[in-house]
Amino acid sequence: MAYPDFTPARDCVSCGLCLPHCPTYRERPFEMASPRGRIQLIKGLATGELTGYEALDEHLSLCLACRACESACPSAVKFGSLIESARAVLNDRLAPSWGRRLGAFFMRHVFPHQRRLAAVAALMRAYQASGLQRLFRETPLRGCFPERIVELESMMPEMSPLGEMPAPRGELEPYGVERGRVGFLTGCVMQLAMASTNAASMDVLRFNGLRVVLPREQRCCGALHLHNGFIPEARALARANIAAFEEAGVDWIVTNQAGCGSTLKEYGKLLDDEPDWAGRAEAFRGRVRDINELLVELGLRPPSGRLALRAVYDDPCHLVHGQKIKAQPRQLLRAIPGLELAEAREADWCCGSAGIYNVTHTEMSLAILQRKMDDLLSTRPDVIVTSNPGCAFQLRYGARRAGHAVQVVHVMDLLARSYRGEGAGLDRSATKGEPS
Amino acid sequence: MSPPAADRVRRLVESLEGVLGKRWVFHRDEERLAYSYDASLARARPDVVCLPGSTAEVAAAVRAAVREGLPFVARGAGTGIAGGSVPVAGGLVIGLARLNRILEIDLADRYAVVEPGVVNLTLDQALGQQGYCYRPDPSSQKVCTLGGNVANNSGGPHCLAYGVTANHILGVEVVLPDGSVTELGARHVDPLGYDLTGVFVGSEGTMGIATKVVCRIARSAEGVRTMLASYARMEDAAASVSAIIAAGIVPAALEMMDGPIIRAVEEFIGAGYPVDAAAVLLIEVEGLSEGLDGAVRSIESLCKARGARQVRVAGSEAERQRLWAGRKGALGAVARLKPRYYLHDGVVPRTRLLSVLQAIADAAARHRLTIVNVFHAGDGNLHPLILFDPADADETHRVHVAGEEIMRACVASGGTLSGEHGIGLEKNDMMDWVYSPEDLEAMQRVRSAFDPEGLANPQKVFPARRGCAELRADGHGGRPAGEMWI
Repeated sequence: MAYPDFTPARDCVSCGLCLPHCPTYRERPFEMASPRGRIQLIKGLATGELTGYEALDEHLSLCLACRACESACPSAVKFGSLIESARAVLNDRLAPSWGRRLGAFFMRHVFPHQRRLAAVAALMRAYQASGLQRLFRETPLRGCFPERIVELESMMPEMSPLGEMPAPRGELEPYGVERGRVGFLTGCVMQLAMASTNAASMDVLRFNGLRVVLPREQRCCGALHLHNGFIPEARALARANIAAFEEAGVDWIVTNQAGCGSTLKEYGKLLDDEPDWAGRAEAFRGRVRDINELLVELGLRPPSGRLALRAVYDDPCHLVHGQKIKAQPRQLLRAIPGLELAEAREADWCCGSAGIYNVTHTEMSLAILQRKMDDLLSTRPDVIVTSNPGCAFQLRYGARRAGHAVQVVHVMDLLARSYRGEGAGLDRSATKGEPS
Repeated sequence: MSPPAADRVRRLVESLEGVLGKRWVFHRDEERLAYSYDASLARARPDVVCLPGSTAEVAAAVRAAVREGLPFVARGAGTGIAGGSVPVAGGLVIGLARLNRILEIDLADRYAVVEPGVVNLTLDQALGQQGYCYRPDPSSQKVCTLGGNVANNSGGPHCLAYGVTANHILGVEVVLPDGSVTELGARHVDPLGYDLTGVFVGSEGTMGIATKVVCRIARSAEGVRTMLASYARMEDAAASVSAIIAAGIVPAALEMMDGPIIRAVEEFIGAGYPVDAAAVLLIEVEGLSEGLDGAVRSIESLCKARGARQVRVAGSEAERQRLWAGRKGALGAVARLKPRYYLHDGVVPRTRLLSVLQAIADAAARHRLTIVNVFHAGDGNLHPLILFDPADADETHRVHVAGEEIMRACVASGGTLSGEHGIGLEKNDMMDWVYSPEDLEAMQRVRSAFDPEGLANPQKVFPARRGCAELRADGHGGRPAGEMWI
């Protein structure tokens, strides 16, 4: 059933087994901050029993939508689509405030348009590259600004160089014998702030005999929209992407972003009430693969470049809980000669990034990030590895706050380095401070 | 709510906010709804919820409620399955989730002092690092709190060998229903005088609120072996249970699951349960490593002699954990079959297991219901789950009738109403099947000695003769009956 869909709430038997897996309940031990409590509130919203929309929003917006509760749930309650549905209904019923208007403006008029988003990113890059950022961060100037501005500034991810921002389009030849044809989602934020990771990912695909196709008309995947209840916008983006990748005639649609992959795999549900699109969405969904998933499914061509690094992998929520992909990234990392993989105690806990959550709920996000960094750094890693841009930005911010020189990279960054043979001279000392 | 009652609630909120701060006092609609349930089917909203951070704050909260003549109910993690923490008379819910510190672990004298909001498994894991353990292990142990375990005298799979919570609590610090604080028991076994700890454990919140719990701890067993025996017939599994006990073997745990449960669990955990079996026994033995292989062999041959198709011994700790995860996630996994379940907790003599299971199957057939079974076979503690869809009013009615017949069959076989979940709201009206009016009157006098005003978790444990309709009418109009109660 398409969104909003409250039927999954019926599956909750209120057993409470989700409680100890919820990052927000661990910080605020009351029922409204727990998955079970949220489901009951959502039920109340759906039945009309609860009509205090502002109050409901206050509680429901505290949810990270990390879906750890889904992994813990013996009854298989689909919490993710419940919270998305609730947010969609609340968006319609809440009185508009300045913050909400601003959020809606970005959702509707910036994120879906790669060029507008690139313009924003270019401004940020100019600020970072011109020395203005250094001036702000290293001089008493920051004392003149409100604390909240200083805080948000410190969270700003480092943008890619301007020259790398335009998303590549066209086709890239495989290195060696062709094993298949993959459509690659360049993403919105990924291309602007982690362009080198996109380049690395495409290289890894090519090293594995895959032809990389980059459809010109591909758009933002709509994950942010879906997660925040902007359903019509998410649907429009889904239709555009389905058409773009159909046109490309590919065997698989691949993404290196956990959040996007999770949403691409939900296109079937998103469009299942549109007769013209339901079948196409379902066919599309069946071809979507996370890049880690695809490489393991096809059989990785073992890389030979040596990387003498101690790495710790942090599971992105939308990979481990959203797509149940846990073993594959670890398997790929272990395939890199010389790489030693450490295991954190709470690798499958959210880092607090959660889309725009770190901006909307900074205090909670930072409390969660603090625990995350303590856990990851206790494994004494040279690099922290993840597989989603939002998590990478958050973990880099965590490392900066902790004053720690540890690098944060994507699985594909390391695999590409190994394939490219650049690993030969890359030992522990050489990794410090090197941009990923 | 009548105006005077609204005034009392307002004054209660004000005085709680004065003591705890606004942050830990909740009274908006959605907040009251979020404290209207536990893991049972009962639903009723409190007027106010508070989360105190110390014994003194618990005492202040109790005094504030009593001053306004409003009832109060303590709540741990809300995992109870008899409605014990559901505030059926409204009033104040005192959540104990913030009191979650392990205060002291004394390995030499073998006790741990914890706050009531400490999760059962958290204590066990803290002890485990040092080679010790806390024995009672309810299936909800990764969530449920020790305060709730004390209130319900909770059990768990391993209570077969080690006894229930009451056997593992040395003492409690209690906020009495008049708001005073006292200590019952001691930090060692057999203190002088009346065994008031024994009275308090299992009192389901009707005698006050435990704010510190002194738990008895034990050395972890040197070795452990876990087996899964699968059967084509339920009778063979039941016969194996009796045979194992008759042979003088006391396993640490002896659990049975029937076919539908096995399949639901397997879909959830993927622990390698045989999905074509009619029943499995999950059997665990522990103790000195040397004797274990012998015990495993004896159990294996006893099971095979009674028709076990296969007996599999967990080859690694990971495999053992997966088998247990299946058993402990069984209740929730059942929701994959139907939206809700009504769970009973009857206890029957082990030798009558088979005839009561037959009675359950008969009730299911008679009332056209699906009933599945997962239970502590070793001590005859049944957990039949009657599955239903609350949207179906007729089915919901049949569930109620079948449930009563099942409980009557348990009692008729010489058993009782509850093994470990408590009486709460679900079984209180059945108490007079087991106890005479004189028995109940004697218990009522004990309760009144602690709580003369009757404000500590009222309408629980003792027959309330409330009936379903009345419960539904507790200020929750407009929702389908099945959602509320059956």
